[in-house]
Amino acid sequence: MSDTSPQKPAAPTPFRTLAQAAPPRTPDLVMPTGPVSDEDRMRDELEKGILFTKVESVVNWARANAIWPLGFGLACCAIEMMAIAGPRFDVSRFGAEVFRGSPRQADLMIVAGRVSIKMAPVLRQLYDQMPDPKWVIAMGACSSCGGVFNNYAILQGVDKIVPVDVYVPGCPPRPEGLIHGIMKLQEKILSSKVELGPIPRKKRKGAA
Amino acid sequence: MPLAPERVEEKLRERFPGVAFERQQGEAVRDFTLYLPADTLVEACRFLRDDPECAFAMLSWMGGADYLPRVPRFECVYSLLSLQRAARFTLKVRVPEEQPRVPSVVEVWPTANWHERETYDFYGITFTGHPDLTRILLPEDWLGWPLRKDSPLGYEEVAFTHNTPGRIKPSPALKKLAPKKVRYRAQ
Amino acid sequence: MTLNMGPQHPSTHGVLRVALELDGENVVACKPVIGYLHTGMEKQAEYKTYTQSIPQTDRMDYLSPMSNNLALCLSAEKLLGVQIPERVQAIRVLLTELTRISAHCVWLGTHAIDIGALTVFWYCFREREKVLSIYDMVCGARMTASYFRVGGLAMDIPEGFLERCDKFVREMPAHIDEYESLLTKNPIWIARTKNVAPLPAADAIAWGVTGPSLRGSGVKWDLRKAEPYSGYETYEFDVPVGSRGDAYDRFQVRVAEMRQSTKIARQAIDRIQQMGEKGEYRLRDFKYVLPPKEEVKTSMEALIHHFKIVAHGFFPPVGEAYLAIEAPKGELGFYFVSDGSARPWRMKIRSPSFVNLQALPVMVQGKLVADVIAAIGSIDIVLGEIDR
Repeated sequence: MSDTSPQKPAAPTPFRTLAQAAPPRTPDLVMPTGPVSDEDRMRDELEKGILFTKVESVVNWARANAIWPLGFGLACCAIEMMAIAGPRFDVSRFGAEVFRGSPRQADLMIVAGRVSIKMAPVLRQLYDQMPDPKWVIAMGACSSCGGVFNNYAILQGVDKIVPVDVYVPGCPPRPEGLIHGIMKLQEKILSSKVELGPIPRKKRKGAA
Repeated sequence: MPLAPERVEEKLRERFPGVAFERQQGEAVRDFTLYLPADTLVEACRFLRDDPECAFAMLSWMGGADYLPRVPRFECVYSLLSLQRAARFTLKVRVPEEQPRVPSVVEVWPTANWHERETYDFYGITFTGHPDLTRILLPEDWLGWPLRKDSPLGYEEVAFTHNTPGRIKPSPALKKLAPKKVRYRAQ
Repeated sequence: MTLNMGPQHPSTHGVLRVALELDGENVVACKPVIGYLHTGMEKQAEYKTYTQSIPQTDRMDYLSPMSNNLALCLSAEKLLGVQIPERVQAIRVLLTELTRISAHCVWLGTHAIDIGALTVFWYCFREREKVLSIYDMVCGARMTASYFRVGGLAMDIPEGFLERCDKFVREMPAHIDEYESLLTKNPIWIARTKNVAPLPAADAIAWGVTGPSLRGSGVKWDLRKAEPYSGYETYEFDVPVGSRGDAYDRFQVRVAEMRQSTKIARQAIDRIQQMGEKGEYRLRDFKYVLPPKEEVKTSMEALIHHFKIVAHGFFPPVGEAYLAIEAPKGELGFYFVSDGSARPWRMKIRSPSFVNLQALPVMVQGKLVADVIAAIGSIDIVLGEIDR
């Protein structure tokens, strides 16, 4: 307390003010207020939100997380499909909440229920009406392989008429099972190849 | 007082004398069932519907059955329900295989429409006087009558290795990877 | 103009096709086309034993699976001529009434969605989940239960089952009040359902309509009161009846039925609690019903019976029987013809929706297209049952 020089306090006191502990010093570098060079300008632009990635990853990510199922409930599995849209097994967490009524606006057909011989042409027509890219989940035992019913009236597996991406077993599968199937389909979509087509080249002057 | 089925039979016999009614026998025939010839069917049904004591205003269901080795082969079962008297009554018509034709009761109870179409669809029994006798449950161009006893179930053979031709044999390379069978050696 | 409400449609409750002839917005003719879910259950039943046909019935009216199981079991028991013990009857009544509540919940949710009231769907499915977890507890499956057997139940009720049912049944009336508060006095709901799709009582009877659709038209006919089965004559409950026969009355009848079901369920729970949480769950007639496993391991006769029933199935007497129950949709009946062997010679299913749907053209003749949607919803059809 007898020492009054501000640089070196002699004895450590129990309380020190901020001015005593960290006295202000003149800074070594003066920060500029705006971009100084071209490099600085580019760094600013990047911080505003530009990504570098492959088109394939972005497209697959968008397709996987916004699957729009077609409302195609045939039999008992349809009720469990409605249950995943319900409050307990919320499927809108996975982006698939919007069940479209028209096949022209849907990209996933969940064949939920047994497919009878009378319904098979209708199913094929609906599949043909869906625009690319489209996927099919065969939900339940009846659409995977005929299920409990092995007789004249039921198609033994919907893969006889449409290509199936994911089979979900169960009779009916629990809603968690169907959500697991949708997640597997999301994995499949994320790892699929996206055909971008030929990259257009500049026409050379004078070329035919 | 509840309506006894014997009373209904009595009323039918007195209204249609000379018609061969026959009660179905059998200890385990749990409902009172009456056989009647096909040509009296529509009249009898109309009588049972309009008679104030019986008042069988509803046809609960109507179906067919195939008793193949027996002649006549088919049967049509009509189950009547009287809401006022809280009573049921069952009528049956025997249908021969050569001429499977039964008059339709659609004019008596409109609900018979789809039941008769279903029986036609399953057994091939034609109902004369039906407004629209087409297949109802099976595709319109289906051939055959599936519920007849000589129609097959139409199931698909489950594919096992013993009944599927062209079984793929495991390659020799795979055998090297497979572990040797461990044989039990007694100590 | 011919408009096809095709087999794939958000509001047809399954694969129903309705061919409509329209004049502007008015319906001139309406023809339902069915068969897109035909499963051949009746043919398949001739190749399976009675017990093996029970899982098939789950898939018929898939909203009320235990009702279908009950209908088959009761019909087969009538054919056998056996009397079921009281405790089993009480458990069956309890589960069937819970089934009725769950089926009406789904009906209300989907009917409301068709009309446009989306919120009711979420609420109804929340309650339905509770019933499904009760099913899960008692038999392992959420929807396709197959819990009843000819002669009793598949297994005894687990511990904690009665508490869970009791809790559900005590909370349910408050939830029904919730649904009513959303819909009953709602002017949009009233505008969409009052005087819409009327079905006069005489037409209903002529077209064979049963169940809440018949009661909505003013005819007081309920098989639980008129031809009681499984001990229903000993329970106290009312049968709600409408007056005009329009969609609004059918809605009110079903909501009132949900309340009555909670009442019956409470009485059933009390009864089971009196008779013991664990007790007999099957008939002791080993000619037809599997003997308890403890006896199979110790008694020779029980072993032989067990072997016979498991290897061949039970052999009912030669004869036939028809029994109908009051399913949530109407009169559901099974007609069995037996030739003495383990497989039925003929199984005919009288399904309520098959008959009720026939009355659709009568209900919408001359009305607007939007009323067709309300009508289909208010009849409460399930295609699995129609097409079998």
